[in-house]
Amino acid sequence: MTRAAFERQLNEIQEDMLVMASMVETAVLQSIEALKTRNVALAQRIIEHDIDINQKRYDAEEKCVELISLQAPLASDLRTIISVLHITVDLERMGDHAEGIAKIALMLSDEPPLKPYIDIPRMSEIAIRMLEGALDAYRTRDTDKARRVIDMDDEVDALYEQVYRELLTFMISDPKTIQRATYLIWVAHNLERVADRVTNICEAVVYLVEGRIHDLNVSTY
Amino acid sequence: MKEAELRETEDRLQAAAAPLASLADPTPGSELGAIRVPDGEAVFELSDVGVWYGNKHAISGINMQIPVRKVTALIGPSGCGKSTLLRCLNRMNDLIPGARIEGEINYHGTDIYAKKVDPVEVRRRIGMVFQKPNPFPKSIRDNVTFGAKVNRIKGTPDEIAERALRQAALWEEVKNDLSKSGLALSGGQQQRLCIARALAVQPDVILMDEPCSALDPIATLKIEDLIRELTKEYTIIIVTHNMQQAARVSDNTAFLLAQEHGVNGQLIEYGPTNELFTNPRDKRTEDYITGRFG
Repeated sequence: MTRAAFERQLNEIQEDMLVMASMVETAVLQSIEALKTRNVALAQRIIEHDIDINQKRYDAEEKCVELISLQAPLASDLRTIISVLHITVDLERMGDHAEGIAKIALMLSDEPPLKPYIDIPRMSEIAIRMLEGALDAYRTRDTDKARRVIDMDDEVDALYEQVYRELLTFMISDPKTIQRATYLIWVAHNLERVADRVTNICEAVVYLVEGRIHDLNVSTY
Repeated sequence: MKEAELRETEDRLQAAAAPLASLADPTPGSELGAIRVPDGEAVFELSDVGVWYGNKHAISGINMQIPVRKVTALIGPSGCGKSTLLRCLNRMNDLIPGARIEGEINYHGTDIYAKKVDPVEVRRRIGMVFQKPNPFPKSIRDNVTFGAKVNRIKGTPDEIAERALRQAALWEEVKNDLSKSGLALSGGQQQRLCIARALAVQPDVILMDEPCSALDPIATLKIEDLIRELTKEYTIIIVTHNMQQAARVSDNTAFLLAQEHGVNGQLIEYGPTNELFTNPRDKRTEDYITGRFG
């Protein structure tokens, strides 16, 4: 294969990854929407479409392994492929978190609402902003931006703790709320994990540019 | 030159070079941009080394230290001067008419181009294996022991042959055929025979100029395994066109690049192999190893 063809394939795997990222972003956004609006059809669609996100990951892995075995890539080519491999795994798991939230939205759709949703949508907004920021940092190879996105994870962690405490109070004061409150804690936990996985993407951006693998998400939580 | 005389010359040169060495301050592990000084004791210290072939400046301004009992790979496109540099290290360029060297190459602190240094002794200590296996048209035993006899290495021919052939991982394959012609062996075996021949004179350093380029993948892997094994006792410097090979076998890699084919080859980057191949510091290294040129 010529260098030009290899270059094309490198671009392809990165474009596929960005398409996958937009699918995941939509799934997370819609899962919270389904929860808030008790939209059973939307929740079911998210669950059904998770398989497409999973497939994107397997396709990406297959292409990356093929490029590694056939091209023996080095330096920035190698780092690009490795970063795509890392990021697609994280995106696929983020899709699973969205699916998890959609399943809870289904389970809560027949139940009376426990409380108005305020902090959970806020968590999802920050997590989505983080994902967009991380992808932008990837496109522009901007490690400063990647590091700034990682710092945002503390906000999500703080909100998660707040949601957790609040729902715990509900459960203590009225045991009838235990099931619904537990479901909502799962939702918040899924969002907290989405944000954590975005920080992994940011670490992959730093690896791609600087060639070093660091744990950059040193949370205060 | 006798051993005692050479030692005396070495001592004198070492004493004379000591103040210069401290001026240069080549601290192991230190960094000068893309040219890094490897950790550990150095076998060779090259200061501003250049080679002229007639009026053509083949390589220039090479400064590097080569660490002991490690594999150092020299890579770069054709005509960048990597083989020229390799040949400087045991004065093989002396044999090329019109070649002259500038700068200084210190081997364990001794300038190998100093007037009193015997090039034959240099070549005994710093052996060489070439691209194409070149056994003599003699028996396997004679191939191995020929240089050893000339250099009066201790031991009977059979002892010398067995020791060197074992080190070269060839003994089990030829132990019952030591009288057979070296030319009757396969290409890979012939190359290991040449390595055994180099080892038989008890060198300290082995220079290898594309030792696997004429071999099939299985024979290549055997030589690569052998190279790793030999670093327990020897320092190895290998020129290779195969970047995967450099990545597989070497501890440090030097990338050379010429302005044009055969003109003014320079050391562009030198550092730990794992770093150079995953995260090179110089864009020219990056472009070469990723196949963007060369």
